[in-house]
This record gives sequence, structure tokens and C-alpha cells, in this order.
Amino acid sequence: MSISQFDSIPNNVDLNSDRKLQKALLRWQPNYLDWWHEMGPEGFQADNIYLRTAISVDAGGWAHYDYVKMPEYRWGIFLTPRATEQTIGFGDELGKPAWNEVPGEFRKELRRIIVTQGDTEPASVEQQRLLGQTAPSLYDLRNLFQVNVEEGRHLWAMVHLLHGYFGRDGREEAEDMLVRRSGNEDSPRILEAFNKPIEDWLSFFCFAMFTDRDGKYQLAALAESAFDPLARATQFMLTEEAFHLFVGETGVDRVVRRTAELMMQDPNGDVRKLGGIPLDIIQRYINEWYSASLDLFGGEDSSNAATYFATGLKGRYKETTKGRYADHVALGESYSLDRPDDKGGVMTEDIPMRRAMNAVLQDSYRSDCERALNRWNKSLAKAGCPERLSLPSPRFNRLQGVFMDFAALPDGTPITREEWESKRATFLPSEADRDYVKSLMTKVYEPGKMANWIAAPAKGVNGRPQDFEYVRFA
Amino acid sequence: MSTSKKTNIPSNISFDTHPSKYRHIQLDVDGSVASIKLDIKEDQGLWEGYELKLNSYDLGVDIELADAVNRIRFEHPQVGAVSVSSAIPGVFSSGANIFMLGSATHAFKVNFCKYTNETRLGIEDATEFSGQTYVAALNGITSGGGYELALACDEIYLVDDRRSAVALPEIPYLGVLPGTGGLTRLVDKRMVRRDRSDVFVTLAEGLKGRKAVDWDLVDGTFPSSQFDEKVSARIAEIAGDGHPERQGIELDTVAPEIDEDGVHYQHVDLRFGPVGRTATITITVPDQLPEIPSEPTELGSGWYPLRMFRELDDLLCRLRFNHPEIGLVLLETRGNIETVCALDEAMLNRRDHWFVNEVVLLMKRVLKRLDLTSKSLFALIDEGSCFAGSLLELAFAADRSYMLEEDDVAIQLSAMNHGVLPMGNGLSRLETRFLGAADHASGLTSQTDALDSDEADELGLVTFVFDDIDWEDELRLAIEERASMSPDALTGSEASLRFAGPETMETKIFGRLSAWQNWIFIRPNATGEKGALTLYGDPERPEFDYRRT
Repeated sequence: MSISQFDSIPNNVDLNSDRKLQKALLRWQPNYLDWWHEMGPEGFQADNIYLRTAISVDAGGWAHYDYVKMPEYRWGIFLTPRATEQTIGFGDELGKPAWNEVPGEFRKELRRIIVTQGDTEPASVEQQRLLGQTAPSLYDLRNLFQVNVEEGRHLWAMVHLLHGYFGRDGREEAEDMLVRRSGNEDSPRILEAFNKPIEDWLSFFCFAMFTDRDGKYQLAALAESAFDPLARATQFMLTEEAFHLFVGETGVDRVVRRTAELMMQDPNGDVRKLGGIPLDIIQRYINEWYSASLDLFGGEDSSNAATYFATGLKGRYKETTKGRYADHVALGESYSLDRPDDKGGVMTEDIPMRRAMNAVLQDSYRSDCERALNRWNKSLAKAGCPERLSLPSPRFNRLQGVFMDFAALPDGTPITREEWESKRATFLPSEADRDYVKSLMTKVYEPGKMANWIAAPAKGVNGRPQDFEYVRFA
Repeated sequence: MSTSKKTNIPSNISFDTHPSKYRHIQLDVDGSVASIKLDIKEDQGLWEGYELKLNSYDLGVDIELADAVNRIRFEHPQVGAVSVSSAIPGVFSSGANIFMLGSATHAFKVNFCKYTNETRLGIEDATEFSGQTYVAALNGITSGGGYELALACDEIYLVDDRRSAVALPEIPYLGVLPGTGGLTRLVDKRMVRRDRSDVFVTLAEGLKGRKAVDWDLVDGTFPSSQFDEKVSARIAEIAGDGHPERQGIELDTVAPEIDEDGVHYQHVDLRFGPVGRTATITITVPDQLPEIPSEPTELGSGWYPLRMFRELDDLLCRLRFNHPEIGLVLLETRGNIETVCALDEAMLNRRDHWFVNEVVLLMKRVLKRLDLTSKSLFALIDEGSCFAGSLLELAFAADRSYMLEEDDVAIQLSAMNHGVLPMGNGLSRLETRFLGAADHASGLTSQTDALDSDEADELGLVTFVFDDIDWEDELRLAIEERASMSPDALTGSEASLRFAGPETMETKIFGRLSAWQNWIFIRPNATGEKGALTLYGDPERPEFDYRRT
């Protein structure tokens, strides 16, 4: 790669004149492409995909649609532009000028935050690399690839921060992001949730709905950061992330709608006979993905979270949106946190607000998920189906946080561990459930056609018809 | 011990003095013998709130003592022996002033203890390397730090007047240690038996006469009537003709200009910053240096290496006492590598001359003072720098070094790096650096050319190499990060890492005074409300928490 090749990288970070970035990218970019070839979507690298590319930060520029081969995707580096100098919106440094450089004393914390967030981006691509082979439609296949290339771009955005602001350590961390592999025994991805392959499309939709949504809230918290380049990078990522959440939310909805349709068709309501996914399996998938995604928020009572807030590294959801929070210092306030008592029950304890910042972010996330559940339930109601889906309690099936290893039913009722284990298959997907869902996964590549277990989307991409040839096979 | 008193400590202590300005000591030179007499003025302490009774001393006294020792070396090099005694009848010295210590900050106490020991090691260094033997003539009560000072002398004589004793009463009286070198010199230097030492240091009244001699605490006693005569005779015997061939030079003042930006000398400059709690020291080497003439003293006190290292010495003292908030010092040099190497070579070729040798010894002591300065030290080897030979020792003394990868940036070893300027542990900084690879350290003697950043990195002589793209960012991050860490933890960690290798009396003294001595100083049993040091001089008895740590 020569310097002139930087011309093809869309950016608004002066890449053409920034020798530091050029030096870092000269080494990193070829490794990135190698990684993409090795770990990106398996079997589709030569195909032309109808993809959206961000080519500038202008209103029209961030969503440029055209056919492109994925390895030739123009992964770019964008920061949301700033009209004025930012000030710090919360914490102990409230009102002071935001940082345009990494303060040395927060170097390790910021690096850790960026690396942990950044590592999930390539991880999800790796988890999903085989999914294309069982896509339920060309529309879905294209959406999967759109999500994949944009997760790749988000990796670029995080790597740009590491390259631009963290010196040699940052370059080494950026290299490591291409070395770790989802599920690899020796160098796994940092967060455990990103080390299991995603093997069926219901899991993919749940991932995009619940796990990517955690990502949205983490990015939103970082979009408030006192470290302005991080805030600007994550703000721009959020514009793309919205589509990923859309894929998840509408994907589950389309499965639900199809299931309701099939339930109405079969006299006994047994959708298995008709090749659909039963509602109870969908509920168990929701239970699993929602509880695992809550774990990604970190401990509800966390001194790290308090430090991140105090020092201005990480704010609350929409921290600086007018009227949302009265107090941006959050020193005198407290938060009522449910936690296990020592008798197997649940108690409420007031903890200092700053220590509860992960819980506060979780609360915003939870109400967002409730909204999506309502939408799915509306689809059920519209189809005349009396059953309803629900979100499990935050106490259910937790491997992190205050309810770690606590035994509770999905509605939050505490039970004994033995009872929980005996009922496990009623509220979490069993091997049989997974096998059944996988058995339905067969590719449908004919334009406009849908697999039997999923309803068609309401409309196509970018105003294109549903039977548009979203993927042109080589 | 009220904390309000602590604000009395002046923030602009000067280390620049002259015999004409001494208040507390009398320096007399008579042929081959010099005499230092303690005549400490009660009412001239460094700050208000204590009286220097009974020849008790404070930092102000020790600054004069250090100056006298140094001046005898440079201005009176013919001297072969120096007596240290008191001008006050019946009292040699009662040691460091307790009320001064009581009203000092912890940081001041630590630095005070360090400084006094650097002075004492200077006395021992003069005895060993400059042919100027120090003899303590204890013409009265000698207690605590007073006896510690005596221990720094090569021989100790005590008046036998049935009254005067040598004592280390810190433990029984004050609940602290005779830890400013006293305990260590007792067993490591005088090699007093450990059980006798144990008895001695718990004996408030100390030992006098025959028993003090029997226990090796002093080398001899003489009755009052013969004391002066006998001791003088012994000193004259040691001095002999002294060093008549040596012609002294006059040391001029190195007083800096101080302004809000920093502390400025002729060759050494300190600027505050680049960020809070940091400072940058820049040492500049002139392009042209005079050759060493056949009579080197003609170079006088303005000779570059003497002047520059005296300035650096003065600056380090000021940094320690007057700028406790500065935690990180960046070391820069400006000049020509060839000039430094040529100077080193010329100096080592003429080391047979007392003056050149004395300057080398000074360089050694100043670099040791740098090793012992509890500030983080980063050496910046960048464009225009001249880290070579004696100046490269600065980079080896630093906790880390950063080297810029550029064509014209280099370092260069000289013979000065191979044992001429040892650390307190007796090893060169290179030997200490490569403790696990002695062959590598000795093999470096063959590296006599300028080394670029790749070579320096390869040879392990620098910590980090960055190109111009990374240089600024990497440094900024490293500096800001360092400046944000716990100063106590860094002080402890640096002191632990800097002195790898063998223990010597010197490393033991500093290690123990900065750890044991000063840990005990901040314990409630010493400085709590009912602590022994707090209640010293009060009718109340101390109350101890008797649980052992």
C-alpha cells in the first residue's frame, strides 16, 4: 500500500496530511484485509452486494448505495463534525473544555474502554461468517453483509482512535484486534458473549436486537465522553448502528408474524407441522439473548462505573440532552438497587448514584427493549393470536452483576438452584430447540422469495422493490 | 506538634554559602590541618519556632558543613587532616534539633536526613579519595546526630571528663531511630558487635571513658587537661605535610536566577512544566571548551565540568526542598557529543592532577545525588542533545530514557561510563543496568563510536525509541500518566529499582533512612498525640501501642 492509496479511504480526519495516521495505517490496513478475507463472510467475497457506504459526513454522504464486492468496500474514518468547541457535560470536570488529546492519567482507562468496545466489532463479523450460507432471502443476505461491513468500519473508527491518540501502545492494541479470534482457545475475543458462533438466523436477529443494542447504549455513553474524538467517532457510529438494530428488531418481528400466521393456519396451532418456529422457542431465545446482553453492561454496582463518570470518560444515555437529567454531577443522589439478600430473596438497597451508572444505562436499555416487545406483541394481536412475548427479569440467568448465579424464574421469582436446573429447558433454548431452528435454515437466493419460517419485510432497501437483486452472485 | 507551624518552613532555601557568611561553624585552615568547629547559634534556625540549643543542628547548619567540606577539597587541597569539634564548652553536639523535626513536614524530614548523610558521605569520600582525613574531636556531650556526624569521621576521640558520653538516645527518649546513618555506621563501618550496639542504642545516657573505647565506639579518650594537645598531635600526625604541591582555587558562587518560569544557572536551566508537577532540566555544553593546561588549576572554578556539576548539585537540592510538588523531572542536554567525549578523555588523561581528580569526584557525588533524588527522572535524547560519556550518566541515572529516531540524534559511551563514576552500590550505572549480563556491560567498552537509536536500542542503552511522528504524543502521554500516579508509590518503587546489585554501607544508609526511619517518624508511637517525639520536653509520658508490626 502506498501513501497515494489513502486517497481511496473516505475520511474527514485529514488522512492525506496526517503522517502519524498514515504510518499506522500502512501497516494495519493490509492486515485488516487479510483478516477480512480469512474471517469475513465465508463464500461471498467475489459477489457484488448492494451496499451502503459512508463517503462523507454530509447529510447525503453517509448513505451512498451501490453494488460493491465486500473486500473492495471503502471502509472510512468519520467523526461527527463539531461547530463549536465542546465542554465536558458531566462528572467532576463538568463545564471545562473537552479534551482533544488523551490526558496521560486516563490513558489506560480510555484505551481499555476503546479496545473492549472495538474488539466486539470484528468479533461479531467472525461469529456470523457462516450465516450467509443459510440466508432466508437475498434481502436478508444483503442486510447481513451490510451489518458486517459496517461492523468492520466501526473497527476502523476505533482503530483510528488507537492510532491517532495512543501512540505505540495504540498501534499494538490495534494489531491485537486482528489477531484475536472469536472462540479461539488461545486468543479469544475479550467479551465472552462474542466467543460463540451464531449459527442460525433467529440467533442473528436476537443478536442484532439485544446484543447490538447493548452496543448502542455503550456507544451512546461514549458519545458523551470528555475525550472529544471518542465522542465524535461514536456519535457517527450510532447513525450506522441504527440500521443494525432495525435488522434485529424487524427480523424478530417478521419471524413472529410468520409464526402467528402459521398458528392461525394450523387447526391445532402447531407451527412445527407447517415449518415455522413455535412461539415458545422464540420466547426462550429472547430469554437467553436478553439476559446475556444485560451481562455486557458490567456490574450494576460498580466503582469502575463511578470512576468513569466522575472523570468524564463515560456518561449516561443522552446525558447532555436537555431536560433528561437535572444533575450532571450526580454526587448527592442515590439509586435504589435490587440485589439478593442472604436468605435467597431480594432486597432493595440505596447506593450512590455514581456507582449505579451501569444500572442506569441498563434501565434505558430495558425500556428500549420493552418498546420492541410491545411491537412484536402488536403483531401477534393483529394476527389474532392471544399469546404474548415478554422480557425476562434482570434477575434471571445472569452471569454478571449483582444477580450473578442467582436462581430466579424469568418473571424474577426466586427459586432454588435445583428447581431452576430442572426447569431450565422451559425457559432457555434446549439442544432440541436449537437443532429444530437449525433444521429450518436453508438458503433462499431467488430475488423476492422468503424462507417459509419468516415473513417478508414491509419494504425493500433504499426504496428498491422487495424482489430487487440485492446480491449479484459472481 | 501543630500543623500550623509547618507553614514556617521557607520555600526558597538557598544552598549557596561561603565561609564569610557562616553563622554556625568556624572553619580554620593552618597549613596541612583544617578545623571545623560547631558553634551553632541558638536563635538562627532556618525558621521560627525552635532554638538550636546545645549545638543541635538543622538544615542551615548542615548546608554550612557541606560547604566547608567541599571548600577544603577545592580551596585548601593541601590539607591532609580535618578536625571536627565544638566551640561550645562541654558540648560537642546534641544532634538534630528535636523541635525543628517536630515542626517540619514529613517530606522535609526525609530530605533533611538524606542531605545530612550526603554531607557525611562527602566527608568519608574526602578521607578516602582526596587524602583529607577527618577526625572527630568530641570535646563534650555527643548525642544522636552529633554522634552520627562523628561516625562519619575516620577516627573519633572523646574527652574523658567523667561527664561527656557518646550516645544514641533516640529510641529511649524519642521513640524514633538513630537512623540517619547512625545504626548502619555503628555495625557496618565501626563494626561494633551487634549485641553491644543493641545495648548502646537503648541506653539513653550513652557510654563514656574506657567503656566507650572498649566497645569501639570511639578510638581513644584523653583527660580534659590533655585533650586538645593529644588530639592535635594525632591530627598533625595524620596530616603530616599534607599535600604541599596542591594549589587551591577559589570556588565562586553558583547562586541561580529564579523567576516564575524556573531556576536558571549558567549551564543548567530548570523550567517548570511541560505540565503541572513536572520540570525540565536542560544542561548546555558550550561549543568550545578550553584544553586542560599543564597547570589545570588555571581553569579555575569557571571550568565547565566543575561549574556545571556544581550548578546541577545546587539545583537538585533546591528541587528536593523547595519544589516538593514536582514529581517528574525531564533531563535534556544541548551541545556537541564530540565536545563532551573530548572533555571526558582529557579529564581522564589528567586525572593524576589533584584538581582534575577532584572535579571527577564531584561529578561522581552529584550523580549520586541525582540517583537519590526522589523524583521520577526521564531522559529525553532528542535533536541537539549530547548524551555522551559523563552526560550519558544522566540518562543511565534516569528511570527511563526516550530516544528520538533521527539521523543526527546519537549517544556515545566514553571511559567515564565504565567505573569512574560509580553509584552508591559500588557499581557503574552500566553494571547496575546490566546486572544480569556482566559480559554485556564489560563488552560495551569496545563501543566507542556514536550510536544511533537503533544501535542504542539494540545495546539496551535506552528504554524507548520513537520516530518524529510518535515522539510528541508518546512523551506527552508518558509524562501526564507519570505525573498522575501516587507520589509515595513512585518514590518507593524508584528507590527499589534504581539500586540493583550489592548492598553497601551507603545503600543501606539511604534505604533504611527513607524506609525505616521515616516510617517510624509517621507512626503514632512517635508523632501521634501521645507519641514520644510529640511529647518530648513535656511532662507527660508517651503512650505506646505495644503491638509489634
